[in-house]
Amino acid sequence: MSIKVLIPTPLRPYAGKQSVIEVTATTVGEALNDLVTKHPDLRKHLFSEDGKLRTFVNVYLNDEDIRYLSKDATAVKETDTITIVPSVAGGR
Amino acid sequence: MALKIPEILYNQLRQHGESTYPHECCGVLLGELDEAGDKFVRAIAQCGNTRTDSLANRYQISPAELVRIQREAMLAGRDIVGFYHSHPDHPARWSATDLAEAHWTGCSYLITSVELGRAVLTNSFLLLGHEEEKHFEDELLDVIQ
Repeated sequence: MSIKVLIPTPLRPYAGKQSVIEVTATTVGEALNDLVTKHPDLRKHLFSEDGKLRTFVNVYLNDEDIRYLSKDATAVKETDTITIVPSVAGGR
Repeated sequence: MALKIPEILYNQLRQHGESTYPHECCGVLLGELDEAGDKFVRAIAQCGNTRTDSLANRYQISPAELVRIQREAMLAGRDIVGFYHSHPDHPARWSATDLAEAHWTGCSYLITSVELGRAVLTNSFLLLGHEEEKHFEDELLDVIQ
């Protein structure tokens, strides 16, 4: 099925300058795989060399962090939206 | 390239830093980017600091809050163009921690020094480069009357 992935501003140069990309998937893992297959330049910005999500990349299914769901195996449905948000932190 | 921000929003983010003193404040800059690379701030979103272990010298915005802000901004035709935070009793310059924990390439990071509860300087820094070679550059901050 087709679901939407929202792309944050820093990753858009690697995603054809698009803010929303439609992918075909039944799980979050499949959605991310389809995303990097369509836009290969995104891969190194989302995943480390061992294929895991980079520690500062948060992936949400609607309003839920996939780390607290079933991670890559989390099932998706047609009306779902996946949002990618790099973390924001710092301090003096 | 410059970050252009209306004075009323500029004052709001500085006042946010005064209101949370001696803790760091944080928030999101929403607006748009033009063809020349200038960013226009149309709204700010004040956020809570989720770093409860070290509020005086660290900040973190909840990813869940970022997801909501990004979604609402897109519905309003805006984008996240940057972030702001304060440095209580510390210069308005980026720190090693600020750089290590910055991941929004192309976005502006505004820092306001707050001395004894009063906002003093606000500077903007543009994050550039890939994660492995990222760096901040000074950015012109244009406060629009």
